[in-house]
Amino acid sequence: MIALSPSAPPGVLTSEAHCADLCCYPTREQYFSLIESFKADDFEMCVDLCGVDYLEHPGRSLPQGVVRTRFEVVVNLLSLSKKQRVRVRVQAGDGEPEVASLFTLYPGTEAMEREAFDLFGVLFTDHPDLTRILMPEEWEGHPLRKDYGSGRVPVQFKEAPGPR
Amino acid sequence: MSDDTVRTVERIELLTAETSEGPQELLTRDQTKSSEIGREVGSVLRLDGHSFDPNSVDYERRDDETMIINMGPSHPSTHGVLRLMLELDGEFVLRTKPVIGYLHTGMEKTGEELSYVQGATNVTRMDYLSPVINELCYSMAVEKLLGIEVPERAVWIRMMMSELNRMSSHLVWMATNGMDLGSTSMMIYGLRERELILAFFEKTAGLRLNLNYVRPGGVAADLPDGWQDDALVICDTIFERTYEYDQLLTGQPIFRQRLIGVAPMTAEEALALGVTGPLLRSTGVAWDLRRTMPYLAYDQVEFDVIVGTYGDNFDRYAIRLNEIRESIRIVRQCIDLMPSGDYRSQDPKVTPPPRARIGESMEALIHHFKLFTEGFHVPEGEVYMAVESPRGELGCYLVSDGGPKPYRLHTRAPSFVNLQAVPLLMRGGMVSDAITVISTVDPVMGEVDR
Repeated sequence: MIALSPSAPPGVLTSEAHCADLCCYPTREQYFSLIESFKADDFEMCVDLCGVDYLEHPGRSLPQGVVRTRFEVVVNLLSLSKKQRVRVRVQAGDGEPEVASLFTLYPGTEAMEREAFDLFGVLFTDHPDLTRILMPEEWEGHPLRKDYGSGRVPVQFKEAPGPR
Repeated sequence: MSDDTVRTVERIELLTAETSEGPQELLTRDQTKSSEIGREVGSVLRLDGHSFDPNSVDYERRDDETMIINMGPSHPSTHGVLRLMLELDGEFVLRTKPVIGYLHTGMEKTGEELSYVQGATNVTRMDYLSPVINELCYSMAVEKLLGIEVPERAVWIRMMMSELNRMSSHLVWMATNGMDLGSTSMMIYGLRERELILAFFEKTAGLRLNLNYVRPGGVAADLPDGWQDDALVICDTIFERTYEYDQLLTGQPIFRQRLIGVAPMTAEEALALGVTGPLLRSTGVAWDLRRTMPYLAYDQVEFDVIVGTYGDNFDRYAIRLNEIRESIRIVRQCIDLMPSGDYRSQDPKVTPPPRARIGESMEALIHHFKLFTEGFHVPEGEVYMAVESPRGELGCYLVSDGGPKPYRLHTRAPSFVNLQAVPLLMRGGMVSDAITVISTVDPVMGEVDR
């Protein structure tokens, strides 16, 4: 386990993680400045960003003091020079999840944030083009949410009835 | 500049209740915010992010000078259903926007419905050119959560199959790249050589493409009798033929002119965009997870990480061609060093008992029944496992709630991220070079859309 850099916002909870050197649990307010401190600390690449909907699994194990919310945004950062990985799990909120966009720090998160928005409805503040990316424009709902009615419409390849 | 058509966070109703296909597409300049144009022309990678470079090709363009056209989704060079919207000034590309999702089949959602044993059949269909590596990544993530060790022979079998798969994937790339550049002979040769590997896969796993061979706990079957000879023939044949490709393509003046110096990328741009794999290595960054963060037994075999200099199309071509040779080196070492022993974990909670045991042992019958009805339970937790696929870092983020099915299965698809480099690479180039850019970025749409 590695230590947070001194420029990180104070009070960020951390723990050990599988296949990563550190797992951080910032609040939504700490999130952007924490990632910023990692970027300054030679984490050159944001390899992955995805959403998780914990609606059916609220009792997940988190360090003491983390306020659980339904949605989580998980960011995996990679340092090529130090050969380290860091995972950041931010509690994104319950009803209308929203976190800051990392686009200005890592332009490569553009498509990943759009995907998280598309599939989970997580909003990213100041994202330049927050539109659906995988689903069609007219799609209603966010399909990877746990309360999304998958299988609601019977599979039919011609003239499927009703709203999708 | 009107903001009515621009969908932002402040206008949630537009985000969810939009009925036209419009906003995912590339809009004309007067309908696009400057921050978005900045992103589309790649200026976010420079300076403060929003300012335009006065030397840039599209500095202060007006809409009546340019034309927006569609390329795809069913264009032969788009390798599937990639749709590109290009803003053109005559023959020159100013802005590009990839529109994806035409092959989206909700595989991450499907992954939540399948048990851990069935999950491998799902992920293998994501990147259909490197199925073994997809299964490997998924299986390693599951094994990490389960906390089980895989027998050494299984590790080496996995490594050999991954490398064979990398060869076949790069061969398909050589073939389609040749086709895109007008070398139809290369198309035939690449697929011909790949056939050797697919035949070996069929002999080993029973299937040619979506193998479902690597599973949590080990591999599905042991290598067939005489596999050493088959693998050696593959290595010898393909190794020799890579030099024929050199004669056919590498030294060929027309081919070189189409590739050298076209669509260069710097290491900073590649890192900022999260680009991995041959694209990143072509810019001179020696980052290969097999070497830098070894998994399986890659720290016990000798191979070179192929690195380019200029990050142009030719570097990406040369890297892939030489990676075929490096993979052959690894396969040869696997043949020599393959340990004996079990090919899958003997943990009865994960591996089904042999058929003969079911008739005589009550426990075996129970394990068999539980495994094939319910599946095994994986302890609660989350893991991000990354391996080097032919296209870059393939990641699997797996969340378990302690049940027999993944709570969340997310695949970090290298093509999905690499595709973000396309607008940058195409910018300022010609339409004919756009084809080579798609080709050398090598997106596999099954993986992009999942």
